[in-house]
Amino acid sequence: MSLAKRIIPCLDVDGGRVVKGVQFVDIRDAGDPVDIAHRYDREGADEITFLDITASSDDRETMVNVVSKVAEQVFIPLTVGGGIRQFSDVRRMLNAGADKVSINSAALADPDIISESTDSVGAQCIVVAMDAKRVSEDNQPPRWEVFTHGGRRSTGIDAVEWAVKVCALGAGEILLTSMDRDGTKNGFDLALTRAVSDAVHIPVIASGGVGNLDHLADGVLTGGAAAVLAASIFHFGEYTIGEAKAHMRDRGIAVRL
Amino acid sequence: MNLVVIDYGMGNLHSVGKAAEHVAPANWRVKVSANPVEIAAADRVVLPGQGAARDCMAAIDALGLREPILDALTNKPLLGICMGLQVLLDHSAENKGIDCLGHFSGEVLPFAHDQIDADNGEALCVPAMGWNPVFHRPHPLWDGIEQGQHFYYAHSYFVAPSDSQWVVGESEYPDRFACALARENVFACQFHPEKSATQGLRLLQNFVQWDI
Repeated sequence: MSLAKRIIPCLDVDGGRVVKGVQFVDIRDAGDPVDIAHRYDREGADEITFLDITASSDDRETMVNVVSKVAEQVFIPLTVGGGIRQFSDVRRMLNAGADKVSINSAALADPDIISESTDSVGAQCIVVAMDAKRVSEDNQPPRWEVFTHGGRRSTGIDAVEWAVKVCALGAGEILLTSMDRDGTKNGFDLALTRAVSDAVHIPVIASGGVGNLDHLADGVLTGGAAAVLAASIFHFGEYTIGEAKAHMRDRGIAVRL
Repeated sequence: MNLVVIDYGMGNLHSVGKAAEHVAPANWRVKVSANPVEIAAADRVVLPGQGAARDCMAAIDALGLREPILDALTNKPLLGICMGLQVLLDHSAENKGIDCLGHFSGEVLPFAHDQIDADNGEALCVPAMGWNPVFHRPHPLWDGIEQGQHFYYAHSYFVAPSDSQWVVGESEYPDRFACALARENVFACQFHPEKSATQGLRLLQNFVQWDI
């Protein structure tokens, strides 16, 4: 017996409102992060991730309020990412009630933010998010680089090497998004997931590309992920978290039911 | 009645405070506090904590909380959570060895980094982060919680008490380890009840109602 593999719905929040949401029958307001987090909690989500996609830094305070309101009512782990620039941002989100904070481009700009954060608040609070894109030709062994700006700009950093480095700096988890697959519904980049999972001893959360329930199971069984993250298949009501868990269980994966 | 969540600056106390408020009767006062007077006056205390053993013990001493905590351990219901369990042992192997509060005799040990999950042949991750089934022995804090229910963990170390009679809960990673210790007015768990959905809230509610 070991840890259950986690299913993590991800909510994109813009100016304090969930975007890309769908009108669930039992939700008063499809854009209210508290309502939606509640629903996912009831359905059995193992964790909830909020990604703040607010463009303007003026609205950052809005996200703090969202986190605070959700944490008052939803008692499963909450991860918050987006717009984390420095350690004071990490501290502010944890104080608001987040359990984990995910850091992406700030870690690329200054990797020391990872060790600074984990030294102070513990590895279990710090998730490093990385957006990876395949840069090898089809007939070559696969290689991925870390990208920024929504997958438009390469850092030139090898994704697997970056994963090993953030692990050494003390990150507690890696949120690994394939920019090739994100939004395609064609499933995770399983070779990428496997390459990173095998290279580090910390949990890897697979993200990007989920279009059906087999994709979630494949992320665990083939990719070696400790957790799978998806947004649209849950938001648009295609599947419930419960259906996803039942399917993973039927494929022999330990889940929390 | 009032319940104090002891604030020694380590980790997410707000979650614990909010979860305690959620389950406590409306006329209870729930406060997150580092004030020794308030801790002494509390009817019940929660000792949470995240982070490294060295930092936790240093913070407890820097804030003058060692005596109030030792005092509470003798005279009122106390719930330790995560590091709030580990600091109750004699000694932790973390940070090259740290002396702790010694309420339960025993050691805090690290998970090995090279273990294999027998279920699927994958390497086990450390820290262990996620939901693990808990198997428990009779104690009022498990009231209404079935065997094998999942609780949320985030840890790299586990407790190895010298006396197995204190062990009231166990999980596996991959070997069996004690996830809950209890003696008289003290109950302490490695998992996070405040993050363990319905089951966790039930345990917190049982703590609030615990009649020693």
